[in-house]
Amino acid sequence: MGNVPTTVKHCLSYEQIIQDYPWLKRWLLEEKTNTGHEFPEFVKIVEVGPRDGLQNEKEIVPTGVKIQLIDMLSGTGLPVIEATSFVSSKWVPQMADHTDVLRGIQRAPHVRYPVLTPNMQGFQDAVAAGATEVAVFGSASETFSKKNINCSIDESMVRFKEVINTAKERQIPVRGYVSCALGCPHEGYIEPSKVSEVAKSLYELGCYEISLGDTIGVGTPGSMFKMLQSVMKEVPTNALAVHCHDTYGQALPNILTALQMGVCVVDSAVAGLGGCPYAQGSSGNVSTEDVLYMLHGMGIETGVNLAKVIEAGDFICNALHRETNSKVAKARGRTL
Amino acid sequence: MAAVMRLVYRSSLSSAMGQKYVAFSSTAKADVRAGQALPEKVKIVEVGPRDGLQNEKTMVPTETKINLIDMLSASGLPVIEATSFVSPKWVPQMADQVEVMKGIDRKPGVSYPVLTPNLKGFQAAIKAGALEVAIFGAASELFSKKNINCSVDESLQRFDEVMKAAKEAGVPVRGYVSCVLGCPYEGKVAPEKVAHVAKRLYSMGCYEISLGDTIGVGTPGSMSKMLEVVSREVPVNALAVHCHDTYGQALANILVALQMGISVVDSSVAGLGGCPYAQGASGNVATEDVVYMLHGLGIQTGVDLSKLMDAGAFICRTLNRKTNSKVAQATCKL
Repeated sequence: MGNVPTTVKHCLSYEQIIQDYPWLKRWLLEEKTNTGHEFPEFVKIVEVGPRDGLQNEKEIVPTGVKIQLIDMLSGTGLPVIEATSFVSSKWVPQMADHTDVLRGIQRAPHVRYPVLTPNMQGFQDAVAAGATEVAVFGSASETFSKKNINCSIDESMVRFKEVINTAKERQIPVRGYVSCALGCPHEGYIEPSKVSEVAKSLYELGCYEISLGDTIGVGTPGSMFKMLQSVMKEVPTNALAVHCHDTYGQALPNILTALQMGVCVVDSAVAGLGGCPYAQGSSGNVSTEDVLYMLHGMGIETGVNLAKVIEAGDFICNALHRETNSKVAKARGRTL
Repeated sequence: MAAVMRLVYRSSLSSAMGQKYVAFSSTAKADVRAGQALPEKVKIVEVGPRDGLQNEKTMVPTETKINLIDMLSASGLPVIEATSFVSPKWVPQMADQVEVMKGIDRKPGVSYPVLTPNLKGFQAAIKAGALEVAIFGAASELFSKKNINCSVDESLQRFDEVMKAAKEAGVPVRGYVSCVLGCPYEGKVAPEKVAHVAKRLYSMGCYEISLGDTIGVGTPGSMSKMLEVVSREVPVNALAVHCHDTYGQALANILVALQMGISVVDSSVAGLGGCPYAQGASGNVATEDVVYMLHGLGIQTGVDLSKLMDAGAFICRTLNRKTNSKVAQATCKL
């Protein structure tokens, strides 16, 4: 009988019950979000095949083939296609024809064609070639930053600040990438707090979207969840994207986890182009076809025509004399 | 008095918060989402030596099969499907069923179930020393007719005799349902049909029902819908998922199943066993990749991943083929 007064208090006042049971409010709020919609209704796919994919292929692809690939992808409904990279051709010979590619493609309306610009020189070349969106790359690992772009994370931010400020003046949106978000080939485990720190820096510098990359594909839904939980405290969820590598076969469950946490932008590469430079013979980027198959199977809209992506994948694999990395492409058309 | 107060408490909450109150009962169904409430332990049922090798083009010598099973036993796997007592006319790869059963080194605590499609197979299995058996049903009528030449109901009737004999012998029986997320002939398969077959098998006495995405077409969408329906008829702790990776969806499908309370997963070392319905495509999901994901989630399996990979490397060398496991590919330093 001693409980009666408290219970009556709770019956009469929502504020009182929340005061006494603070977990209840969070529980009910979570339920509201969860029963609203478990997954995003629409997911934006950022196609990185022509850049991240081809950059990591052993064979150097002729300019004509690159242009044709991008044109085919432009016809699939993909909203964003990363076209090329304005890095010095000394470091990335596969992207030496960046200007010709950017000038040669037939830009579809409603499709965006971001290009990588690691520094001011690259940015200026990109703008001169007609770029209307650029991207910068940061790393969550100091060692990876030093080995990859020859400077510390802080130093790289200084470079990016220059690029981003200039881009702002010209009203050119900038996307930020954070590599090694779930592990580094040199350092191993990466603290989620380090990832959030770098993501936050890029976001505050002015990047409209931060793509969190599992560069060596070691992440699992466990580490993806922990990392996103940390990053989401610093960067709004609707400004986040995931860039999963399928080196350990974990890409799709990792993407699923990200979607469940509210992320609605996913990077992928047609035919799973681009091996992993840190695990010889292994796969790298997750295949756009496999991602689309999963999303469409879940009733999530993407605006992309899977059959046309498979066609583009077939085209580039023929040109590269290699088999597709996409399981959907392998299976499609061969079922009874 | 306290009970009345609890009632008053609840109904007032309801009026105070309207819609949000609905949360109470549905939340109780363990609204498991990313990072929340996954099983602490998952039992892996290794089907490589049976389902895997049965679908490989190369015929494997008995000695190799025995070696493989022994290596798998050493890796900590709790259940290893050893062979199949189907007539060698239909499945020549499993013709050495008796020698395999008699030749393996059974590790204490490890189960070695075998497939028994009928009473004759069951009797041969028991004679060869089997202590657990498995039977198969399809969720698709056409698949049943094309695969075993009879309707689903007829196939379940055939198994009645096996179930009876198994009960008498005190031998546990596992039930498989194939085509749970799609059929190579019928296309879409209704979740209700899957539930019907699963329920039949369960009420016949199967202790566990393994739901198989035979052609790998399922996605987290169809997997969760199907499991929702099936788990109304069969308790979730008696369910397992058997996902094929033909469309790359297996791990995502397994993750969703775990989130819905499933804690038994079938897989095949090195992803052995192609898909007979999509030439050149992969079939079973690779045990190494499943274990990698589960361990990354902090879920215990009892499996030593490096010993498992040794077994996978062994069988791939012998079959002269590349592994289908991405984890094995990535960690291989050849």
